[in-house]
Amino acid sequence: MSANPFKDKASPHSASAPPSAADYWADSLFRKLAMTCAGLIIALLAYILLEIGSQAMPAISEYGIGFVGGTTWDGSRDEFGVLPEIWGTLYSSILALIIGGIMGVTIAIFLTQEFLSQKVATVFRLIVELLAAIPSVVYGLWGIYVLIPMLRPVAGWLHTHFDFIPLFSTDLSGPGLAPAALVLAIMILPTVAAISVDALKRIPYKVKEAAYGMGTTRWEAILKVMLPTASSGILAALVLGFGRALGETMALAMLIGNSNQINLSLFAPANTLASLLASSFPEAGDLEIRALMYAAIVLLLLTFVVNVMGLAIQQYTMRKFEGKK
Amino acid sequence: MSATAEVMPTTDAAYYEADSPVVIDCDVQKVFYGDFLAVRDSRVPIEKGKITGFIGPSGCGKSTVLRSLNRMNDLIPSFHLQGAIKYHGLDIYGKNVDPVMVRRYIGMVFQQPNPFSMSIFDNVAFGLRLNRFKGDVEEKVQKALEAAALWKEVKDKLKNSGLSLSGGQQQRLCIARAVATEPDVLLMDEPCSALDPIATRQVEELMLELKKHYTVALVTHNMQQAMRVADTTAFFGVDISKGGRTGYLVEMGETRQIFEQPKEELTQQYVAGEFS
Amino acid sequence: MSELATPSASASASAKIPRLERQAWERRTLTNRFLTLLTWLVAILGSVPLFSVIFMLVSEGGARLDWEAITALPPAGFDMGGGFGNAIIGTLVMVAIASLISVPLGILAAIYLAVLGPASKLASASRFVAKTLTGFPSILAGVFTYAILVVNFGYSALAGGVALSVLMLPTVILAAEEAMKQVPQKMVDAAYGMGCTPTQVIWKVVLPTGAPGILTGVMLAVAGAAGESAPLLFTALFSNYYLESLMEPTASLSILIYNFSAMPFDNQIQLAWAASLVLVLIVLVFNILARLVSRPKF
Repeated sequence: MSANPFKDKASPHSASAPPSAADYWADSLFRKLAMTCAGLIIALLAYILLEIGSQAMPAISEYGIGFVGGTTWDGSRDEFGVLPEIWGTLYSSILALIIGGIMGVTIAIFLTQEFLSQKVATVFRLIVELLAAIPSVVYGLWGIYVLIPMLRPVAGWLHTHFDFIPLFSTDLSGPGLAPAALVLAIMILPTVAAISVDALKRIPYKVKEAAYGMGTTRWEAILKVMLPTASSGILAALVLGFGRALGETMALAMLIGNSNQINLSLFAPANTLASLLASSFPEAGDLEIRALMYAAIVLLLLTFVVNVMGLAIQQYTMRKFEGKK
Repeated sequence: MSATAEVMPTTDAAYYEADSPVVIDCDVQKVFYGDFLAVRDSRVPIEKGKITGFIGPSGCGKSTVLRSLNRMNDLIPSFHLQGAIKYHGLDIYGKNVDPVMVRRYIGMVFQQPNPFSMSIFDNVAFGLRLNRFKGDVEEKVQKALEAAALWKEVKDKLKNSGLSLSGGQQQRLCIARAVATEPDVLLMDEPCSALDPIATRQVEELMLELKKHYTVALVTHNMQQAMRVADTTAFFGVDISKGGRTGYLVEMGETRQIFEQPKEELTQQYVAGEFS
Repeated sequence: MSELATPSASASASAKIPRLERQAWERRTLTNRFLTLLTWLVAILGSVPLFSVIFMLVSEGGARLDWEAITALPPAGFDMGGGFGNAIIGTLVMVAIASLISVPLGILAAIYLAVLGPASKLASASRFVAKTLTGFPSILAGVFTYAILVVNFGYSALAGGVALSVLMLPTVILAAEEAMKQVPQKMVDAAYGMGCTPTQVIWKVVLPTGAPGILTGVMLAVAGAAGESAPLLFTALFSNYYLESLMEPTASLSILIYNFSAMPFDNQIQLAWAASLVLVLIVLVFNILARLVSRPKF
């Protein structure tokens, strides 16, 4: 680094000078540091998997795959199974996906397809963003003191008149699946709406022009051209929203009733993997902690699969749009 | 562009008397985008079974006029038109006229190929399904693709995405899509500007074929193209005398007359290539 | 050129003058109106919860929010009065710890992803992991921290901060990378052209130019962390006293709301609403800051 072949060739008045040794040293150090940090996040994921895995090991070897099929969670008898929690997690998330998904996509259409003037659309977008900014516990609190009292008469009426339908076979006595799923739907709505808005906005203007040029009405253009064109992006939005619903904890722990049962009724209390963790962890004995770690792995696998699917769809969408203009 | 500035606009462009039935009698008095006057005083009759070419320098409003013919400009909220555009005698800007209906009878091919993100077949069948066509869709699709001179190239891959085709093929696909429902009039807005010379030639041949059955209005930036395919040509100029950039019809006539014996000096300068 | 599609009366009757008027009672028009109405309804319905939450926060929480509420310690069972001063401090301290850990690491990682090796295998792998981790259930950050810290050192503010930092890190990385990618390539080229080392390019051009965007991302991550509760449940636990050491159980607003929401006492429930109002305000302040810092750029 000391030899400078340019020095003699340059004009004697030139201010050019090679970077100092310290510059080189700082450069290589800094680059290594940045690279280490980039690797760190991968290491973090590996460490998380390894740590939770090894903590769960005793429970895994004790209960094996039967853990997933077991229906009892009893710390005093050391009997642990998470089937009701898996059921509750999937049931509440699917309900939330149906409600929040439909609303989220509708709102995305509302925001992008010129139903609103620019200003009103901005305000509305702010509302959706605010919806996303409200912490989960606050939704939980709202659910307990606003939503549940509101739902009870409705649930009571449905139960009295339609109790032959399994969905309404119990009454809502307080916390239950319906309020939990509704709050969950509100919580995933902003995610679904935001990603769907991106997907709809990525459609080139000329496609819209082509649709209108064919003589479509606004809704024909939306339903037959815009939505199919944005379909993979919207699918990704739904999958990511679903992933979020699976992992949501606090609002569910506050609203779902934490009861280990498998029931089709919308008004029965239930439980989810995340709220099982939240409610049982602080007071768990040693083996129960292991079992909870095992439950955490089940939750991790569930969300991991869903999220990777969502990301893959999203990446595919972007490539489709960027590759073929 | 400087030439346009000096020549004072002729306010009374010789009104072209069409000798065959006029399908669209386009009488644009003023087109505004907000406060901006984009086009004024342009009367362009579109005749049945002919190709009417729109030529002129950029910014002369030829595309604006064309897009007014099937109310595509309605997509721009600030658009406002004074005058009347009569389609078979009915003013398409009339009070109760549904722009959606207008576009079903007056089809359009755009500057950029814009196939939908669906299969080739579905692209062409789109309009048929939209119009709830009850007959043999496959036959119609094949006919349209043949009409667009694309059938031979795509007949074995109708299920492939429309986006997988080359630019020229995509544009012919868009033409097939537009003619599949057999609209009455076909508007073509610089359909070749995104295409290479070979594809351009194919599309031009196609236009000559199409005019046997359709009425075509064609905006082109390419004078040779107008000479090659248009029966009637409308020449638009730009008037920047009042500070804005307002397009207007300078003159309209048989293509040969416009290119060989133009009545207006401005036309003469333009076709001689003195400005563009 | 093959046989041409001949206009016939089949698809559109072009022989006669078509009917172009809008038909008010036609199926198409009705469908259109119905769907538009439905969309408006859904959009309004979607914003009802937000307004209801805001209304409750202001009416229930606002009624109770006073100096005592934000300074006093949480009341026991039947006690009247009290507040959540320790929880506000606890939340702020743990978010600060989380930021101290995740912001430097996140920005350094983002520098690698955006500038040093954007196309490298390492970069695409860590980008993918970061995206996956943002969709990660937040409670798992708590489970992880429990396993590595709480098991050995007990519940503490530090453990709470670490759990939050696990959640913030991927958000910071992705936001900072996005912000640095917005720096115009010509500016980077200019710096290289002057003979800067890559590190100098980053410090003199990329970081200063991308700073507003990076700050926005950091603020949004902070806002998210401040509202989190699941990872704190069994890392920081809760405490009824003011924070004295980072190594002991610590109160936080969100856990206070969770605990009080299930209590049968009106006093606690009112405090839960007041604490919610404070928490939402903290989250909003960071959200607004995030918007303010990024404004000059656009």
